[in-house]
Parts: sequence; C-alpha cells; structure tokens
Amino acid sequence: MIELRGISKTYDSAFALKGLDLRFESRRTTVLIGPSGCGKSTLLRLLAGLIHPDRGDIQFDGERLTPENLIPLRRRMGYVIQEGGLFAHLTARGNIILMARFLRWPPDRIRSRLEELSRLTRLPLPMLDRYPVELSGGQRQRVSLMRGLMLDPQVLLLDEPLGALDPMVRHDLQTDLKQIFGELKKTVVLVTHDIAEAGFLGDQIVLLREGKIVQCGALIDLVDHPAEEFVVKFINAQRGSLEILGRNANG
Amino acid sequence: MTERATLGASHFVGSALRTVTFVIAEAVRSADPTRIVLVFSLIVLSGCSRPSHVTVGSKVFTESVLLGEIATQLGTASNVSVIYRRQLGGTRILWDALLKAEIDVYPEYTGTLTNEIFAGKGLQGETAIRQALAERGIEMTHSLGFNDTYALGMREETARKLNIKTISDLRSHPDLRLGFSSEFLDRGDGYPSLRDAYRLNLPHVTGLDHDLAYRALVSGSIDVTDLYSTDAEIAENHLRVLQDDLHHFPDYQAIFLYRSDLRHRAPQMIAALARLEGRINESAMIAMNADAKIHKVPEARIASDFLSRKLGVSAISDFQGFWSRLASRTWEHLQLVSVSLLAAILIAIPLGIIAAAYPRMGQIILGGVAAIYTIPSLALLVFMIPILGIGWEPAVVALFLYSLLPIARNTYTGLHGIPSPVRESAAALGLPRLAQLVLVELPLASPAILAGIQTSAVLNVGTATLGALIGAGGYGQPILTGIRLDSHPMILEGAIPAAVLALVVQGGFELAGRVAVPKGLRMRSRENTN
Repeated sequence: MIELRGISKTYDSAFALKGLDLRFESRRTTVLIGPSGCGKSTLLRLLAGLIHPDRGDIQFDGERLTPENLIPLRRRMGYVIQEGGLFAHLTARGNIILMARFLRWPPDRIRSRLEELSRLTRLPLPMLDRYPVELSGGQRQRVSLMRGLMLDPQVLLLDEPLGALDPMVRHDLQTDLKQIFGELKKTVVLVTHDIAEAGFLGDQIVLLREGKIVQCGALIDLVDHPAEEFVVKFINAQRGSLEILGRNANG
Repeated sequence: MTERATLGASHFVGSALRTVTFVIAEAVRSADPTRIVLVFSLIVLSGCSRPSHVTVGSKVFTESVLLGEIATQLGTASNVSVIYRRQLGGTRILWDALLKAEIDVYPEYTGTLTNEIFAGKGLQGETAIRQALAERGIEMTHSLGFNDTYALGMREETARKLNIKTISDLRSHPDLRLGFSSEFLDRGDGYPSLRDAYRLNLPHVTGLDHDLAYRALVSGSIDVTDLYSTDAEIAENHLRVLQDDLHHFPDYQAIFLYRSDLRHRAPQMIAALARLEGRINESAMIAMNADAKIHKVPEARIASDFLSRKLGVSAISDFQGFWSRLASRTWEHLQLVSVSLLAAILIAIPLGIIAAAYPRMGQIILGGVAAIYTIPSLALLVFMIPILGIGWEPAVVALFLYSLLPIARNTYTGLHGIPSPVRESAAALGLPRLAQLVLVELPLASPAILAGIQTSAVLNVGTATLGALIGAGGYGQPILTGIRLDSHPMILEGAIPAAVLALVVQGGFELAGRVAVPKGLRMRSRENTN
C-alpha cells in the first residue's frame, strides 16, 4: 500500500499539488486522470522519487520515501513512460536486463525471467536482439514494460504509456495491459487523460484538477454520483469514446 | 544523525564499488574503448625517457644555426654526446635556457652581451664581461674570428638615387619605409638607441622576420632594413650597407657561451669549443652563410666541410636520409599530438561531465576553456617558456590546453542533449548516480564526445607544427628552416606530412567511431542522414 499525506509541490511559485492525501491499495490498479496541468504526472514522478515534495510524505508499506532509501525503493517499483524512454545504445534485451545484470543475477535466472516476460507481454524473444530504432512504437512500449517488470517489483508506475501510439496498436495494448495487471496482481498507478482507458484499466479512478483531488472511485461512481459539476463536464467531453467502449464491451 | 550519515556514506561507497567493478567487467567483455586508451598509453610511456647529454642551442637565424652545427659536430667528434636544438628563438629565450641549464652551449656575440643581456650595466672590455658571466655560472670562449655587427642596408639603386651613404643621411628622407626585425626593434642596442643617437624621426617603421626582410627589401615593399654584416644576401642582392658614421654599433665578436658546470660534466666539450677560437674569419662566415641561404647546401654538410678543411676533423655527422628524417619527425610529431590529446581526454571529459551536472559551474568551466582557446598559439607557447622552459614539455602543455575546449564542450553538449525521459528512466530503474552516468549517459553521449576528440586531434596535428619554434621538433622543424632559408621544398617537407597526418588522424577516428560508438546509436545516425 502506498500512502501520500499532505503532499504539496510548487513549480516556479505555481502550485502543482496542494496538500494532497491519497492511498493506493495494494494489488489494485489506480488511474490518475484529469486535464493537462492537473498534477497527475507530477504525482507519479513524486512516487518514483524523480522529484521531491515541498511538504508532506510518501510511504511504501509504512516505509517513508527519503533520499537515503530512494535507490532500494526504486528497485521495488517499475516505471514506464510515454515513448518508452529506452536506451538507444542497448538492444531491447540489454535495456530489459541492465538492472538485473547490475545486481549480478545469475544468467539462468535472467534467461528464465526473460522467457516469462516475453510470454506475458506477447513479444517474441528473437525481437529482443533488436535495437530500439528497429522496433515499432507498440513494440518499444512492450520492451519498456518488460524492463519495468524485470525485477518483479511490487509497484508498477505508468505515465501515459499508450499516449503516443496509433489507435489500433493502442487498443491491442490496452487489452494486453488489462490482462497483465489482472494476472500479476501488482499495485499499479497509471496516468492517462483518456476516460475510456481509465475506466477500462482502473479499479479506482482519481480525478484531479489544478493540483487537487476532485473525486475518487470507480468509473460508475463518477458517472452516477459526480462530486461536482466539473466531473460531469470532464466525462461528457469524452462521452463519444466511452460509448464506443460500451459497445465493444457489450458486443 | 551521524549514524544515518554513516549508513548513507557506506551505501554510497558500496554502490560506487559495484558500479566500478561492473563497468570494468563490461569493458573487458566488449573491449573497444579500452583498447584505444591502451594504445595511447603505450605511445605516452615510450616517449618519456630522456638521458643526459650536452645540449647545444642556436638562435633562429642561419649563422647561429651554422655555428651551433659546427659546435655539435666538433663535440661529437671529440666523443661528447651532443644534442642539438636548433633555432630555438631570440636572445632572451636562449639566454634564459642557458641559465636554467636547458641548454649548455650556444653561439652569441659580445655586443649582444654588453648592450642587450647586460644592458645598462656599462660593461667595458672582455674582463668585465667574463666577470658578469661568471657570477651566473657561465663562461665564454675567445672570439671565433669575426665581427658580425648590426648595420642598416638599402637597395644600391635606391641609395644611389637618393644619394644616401651614411645612417645620418636618412634624416633628410622621412618618407622612407623602414622594416626591421622584431628583435632589432625591441632590443636595447637596436633601433631605439640608434634612433636616439642619430636623432632619426622617420614615421614609417614596421617589424618583420629578419629573413623575410631581405625579400621585402628586394621586392621594394620596404626601403631600409637591419642587416648582420656577415649576411650572404648583401652581396647577392646588391645592397648598400650604410656607414655607421657616429660609430653607434659596438663590436659583435662571435663567441660561444657555455655553462661552467661543463668543466666537470664534459671538459672535452670546452676543449672542442676552444679549438674554434680565431678559426672563422669574416669571409669564411659570409661564404658559409651564402652556401646555406643561396646555394641551399644542408647546414650539416657545410659544418662538416668546414671542420675537415680548417681543423682536419672528419666529423661524424649523421646526414639523415629523407625517409629516416621523416620517420623521426613523424615520431616527434605523434608524441606531441598523442600525449597532449590523451591528457586532454582525461581532464576534459570529467570537466564536461561536471559542466553538464552543475549548470553554474558549467558556465565557469566552459567559459574558462573557451578563453584559453582564444589565446593565439604563438603567444601561448611564449607564455609557457618562463614556466616550463623550452622544448617538448611546454609544447605538450600548450597543445593540451587547446584540446580542452572541443572535448569538454562536446561532452557537455552530448550529455545535455540526452532527453530527460531517458535520463529519468535510468534513475527510476534504481541505478546509483555514477552507474547512470557510466552505463547510460556516457554511452549515449559517446558519438559527440568522440567527435570532440577528433576535432582536437586534427587541430593538434596542425598546431603542433608551431612547437618547433620552442624546440619541440616535429614537422614544424623543416617548415621553420624552410622559411629561414626561403626554401619551398624544405617547407613542403614539413607541410605535406602534416597535412597527410591530419587526414590519417581524421580517417582513424572515423574508423574508431565504428568500433567505439554503440551500434544502436550508429543506426540512428544512418536513419537521420537518409
């Protein structure tokens, strides 16, 4: 379980997050959503320790995130970003196993873990000999996911992982992600601006606006019991894609 | 508090150690960049041994080079191990080098001692000079037999037309263009005192190289220049030597200066120099100057001919053939370039890393190396002389300083250009800071860093030719001699190999790029060029 207490963060004197309290339940998928600039990516970056809060603290299973324990805690998290953030000088395999090799995993263990991940992400093993430039956008995202999962972390953080993909590839990956999350039962925090994606993947949705939480709950709660006018407006703006999602689910 | 700090520190040390061992293991596995470094280190190590010898120096003009050659060959024939560092510079550089024991012997003139080196002390006569020298641990031979005084010269034709016979006659021709060697313009016994003594008020005075002055005079771009009375060009170019009617210029008897410690280090060398006293008269010196400058006879041959004719000494001078000469200069040049480059790589890459990590310090670092880069190379070499003396070391240090900018700048640019999502992905994996740098950031920046090293290397090949000015050898040596002797083949003998070496270095780095730059990055650059 991840717990955030009284988190504030400012950038250039503008508030990105204002006194946030939030809890991410273990083995559940939480989606952070909201309009641009609402603070959803800032929140994710705080969890990964890439930036530090001005006030408040973050706890992983009761352990406070501090500069001293940042590195061991990061090894218990996987982090996947838009476009993948792959290292161009390494092959897909080199990217995925970099950390495991740094920690001196025996080659057998690395090999069997790669096979598991290859099955899970549906990316054939021979593909891993390619360099990032030789892979498609969707393949790169699968490699990035494998890299994030290599050490079998308890927590998986994804920052708009499908944001840069074309709709067909995106649809395939959404389906695969849902299956992977269901199979692995990890604590997942995912950032998106797409309400359909949020509803499809998330057990819990956290709607943010101007650095504050507007509402927390399942998509159905947000639709049926909006906490304020903004929730209705935000959902209605993307209703078209929701209906398509509904049709797909029914059909 | 302390406990936590200790824990943090030990964690840091632990992760740093792990990073280092991991990196070494990786390097051994893939080997490419390490191999390049190893090759460089071998070159460096092989260039570092220097045994002790008697070192003869000479100034940048032909007569001094010839006298130095004669002393060198006679010393060698007398079983002294002699190193000759020719055309090192002007009086100041040679005198300082002698005081600092960087050289042991060089040819000088008595007038230069009284009026320049000991200017203002009013030394009169040989005893006073010897006394002043002895206080500094220096001795001198008796006159070699000729007086090479300063004089002013004009084209015979111009002088006749304007009816100028003496220096005093110049006073009535203020529109004459005077071109003097830089040393003559500056030294105490040169133009400043001449102007005062003759009350000359001539507005058009410029400075230029002594050997170029003759060409300028003959071509008509200047009217008057300073001459040495034994210069071969006087007769050759039909010049009129203006009479020193006020007897301003003192006697410039040629002598050898040498360090007193030669008395126990190499007494045979002093004996050899003494054999030259009174053996070279004015016409013999003019003839030797003419052989070198007009008939283009190699100086080593002129010296050995003189020694066998006058002293019956068959000097064992090693006339190097073209290829062995080229080989030894190439070796010298490569040492200059590779040692300075390797040192620059070791210093500039960390500087670039610091600059990329700390923006404010980065401004200072990059500004500093850029400022060094703007110092003209000639000036930088001369600045080095008081600190490091002459020869190989100051040249390497100067080249090292010039190499810093391209490497530091490119390291900074390469690291700075890594997209922040990539940088953050490396951090989020849980790699310690040092490992992020070594395993991710430096490899991604490697094409830029290599390009910086390549730029420095190619520039260094060119700049290193200036090293010959301060006795560092290399391809600059024939260029310098060629300028002095007005010999185009001689200049090309240095310039062509230097150009070829620059191309070879360029090509070598292109090949190194294929090995050292990771494959995934080369693919990207191919994609971009298509």
